Amino acid sequence: MTTTAAASGRWRLRQPSVIPGFGLTLGFSLAYLTLIILIPLAGLVWRSASLSGAEFLGILSDPRTVNALKVSFGTAFIAAIVNVVFGVIVAWVIVRYEFPGRRIVDAVVDLPFALPTAVAGIALAALYAPNGWIGQILNVVGIKAAFNPTGIVIALVFIGLPFVVRTVQPVMEEIDSEIEEAAATLGANRFQTVFRVLLPGLAPAILTGFALAFARGVGEYGSVIFIAGNIPYVSEIAPLLIVIRLEEFSYGAATAIATIMLALSFAMLLVINLIQAWSRRRYGHGA
Amino acid sequence: MDVSVKNLRKEFDRYPALHDVSLDIRSGELIALLGPSGSGKTTLLRLIAGLEQPTLGSIHFGDEDASHKTVQERNIGFVFQHYALFRHMTVADNIAFGLTVRPRGERPPKAEIRRRVSELLEMVQLSGLEKRYPNQLSGGQRQRVALARAMAIEPRVLLLDEPFGALDAKVRKELRRWLREFHDRTGHTTVFVTHDQEEALELADRVVVMSQGKIEQVGSSDDVYDRPNSPFVFSFIGDSASVPVSIVDGSVRFRGDEIGVAAPEGDIVSGEATLFFRPQDVAVVTDPSAPALEGRVVTSRRLAGTRIADLDIGGADDPLHVEIEVPLDAQAANGTSIRFRPLRFKLFAK
Repeated sequence: MTTTAAASGRWRLRQPSVIPGFGLTLGFSLAYLTLIILIPLAGLVWRSASLSGAEFLGILSDPRTVNALKVSFGTAFIAAIVNVVFGVIVAWVIVRYEFPGRRIVDAVVDLPFALPTAVAGIALAALYAPNGWIGQILNVVGIKAAFNPTGIVIALVFIGLPFVVRTVQPVMEEIDSEIEEAAATLGANRFQTVFRVLLPGLAPAILTGFALAFARGVGEYGSVIFIAGNIPYVSEIAPLLIVIRLEEFSYGAATAIATIMLALSFAMLLVINLIQAWSRRRYGHGA
Repeated sequence: MDVSVKNLRKEFDRYPALHDVSLDIRSGELIALLGPSGSGKTTLLRLIAGLEQPTLGSIHFGDEDASHKTVQERNIGFVFQHYALFRHMTVADNIAFGLTVRPRGERPPKAEIRRRVSELLEMVQLSGLEKRYPNQLSGGQRQRVALARAMAIEPRVLLLDEPFGALDAKVRKELRRWLREFHDRTGHTTVFVTHDQEEALELADRVVVMSQGKIEQVGSSDDVYDRPNSPFVFSFIGDSASVPVSIVDGSVRFRGDEIGVAAPEGDIVSGEATLFFRPQDVAVVTDPSAPALEGRVVTSRRLAGTRIADLDIGGADDPLHVEIEVPLDAQAANGTSIRFRPLRFKLFAK
């Protein structure tokens, strides 16, 4: 396995395999990533660098910016947690049980990918508004589910679900039913089998799903703005603030907020990736 | 712990995988369930474990009816062909699993669990590997971890499903001998499933030969090899040849001609039957006037200390091939004719 090779020379270039084209494919990958991802992002940072240090800090410490970032990252985090719980359950049902309409359920999971986000946002806003179908019911029990951060979380849960289901599902399919049977013969009950045997084995995939749903949630714009209410300091998300700044022609401020979002997202994804690399090295598997 | 299986029947989607199987396993016995794939041997093992529920019939552990007990309640040790180790746990955690999932009241203290784990690791000769993860072990080591894990709960019966099936030939041989010693040391009632007859004959106290959801024969290695009680067992265990014959007044005839073989007293007196014999249990007949089976050599091959000849005893119109062992100095060039007579044989009525 790769563990021994990795241990002996972690920082050396990987030895080319029998299949030729290592140099070519690596070169292509780097050029492609540069063109598609790095150059636009570098342009962003470059543009924000036109601000002086004091101006930059001024924009960052502006309470409106701070609150927008808090709302964006906070709601994305909560939505990703919700998606992890329910996404794993949905994946479990699709993988483990045969029931009529299973294929349809499987296909429905992908709909949030396909639907224009604005359409999703309008639909959700209509449903969860105080006079909407679901909003009315929630209003009775005193929950306001639209035009506040709760609404943002609802939109992000909708958008993020497929990321969790689709990353967990293939790994779940690989779990041999013998593993569960082994746990049962050793005396473990259903609860212990799920929480001590199955879920720890799925942890790397769940973490990937969480990271994807979270990253998507931080950057989501279209579906959120319809249901959020967009009240500054309360339910205004950072991407919206960027758009507002652009409309005011203050490009420097827009890029500064974008840069800090980029830095925060990158740091979080990097940490998650490191955790995964660690668990893969340790268990020799993962997502 | 004695295990007895009574009139067990198991159907999968109305298709019977096991018909009316009864079997008594004595305490401390090492027993092999042997059969081709689809014979129901794994189903029987899984029924004993409680991983499947029988359609009909009952399973007793000692005096207690365990038919309706769950897997967890049966307290059995089960070893899977592909180990089924928990790969996110270290070797030590894998072995300790069965103890740590016990309810708080019955769970041994941590130090006691640690002691038991190191004891078991020593028993399976893997001391020093407790911190490793399963994917850092070889196949043979993984299977021994799986065995130690199953033994940790002090099972009443140890059940092994093709335990050596996924291992290479050399490791399989070593582990086979090791399992026999392990069994002799611990004295657990052990049932293992295999399709490898060599493994079953070498390892088991008794062999249960199964075919098409039924038990064909239960007996020691000598019983099933030397005294097979059905055409299936005769042809499944070891090499054999079968010849359709008719018996007239106790004398065995092949296509009308006597072959110098008499049906044993009390056996079939007349009628159609099948004659079974093993390649080594024949004598070449040199006297051209004595009755015997006669065949033309199609091919012959040298096999270590013997020579095996593939004979056509049917003739060009209706060929019938049998393999026999011939002396190394016998004339066995292709196309030559050889006359022989089975010395030890068995007749089964058609």
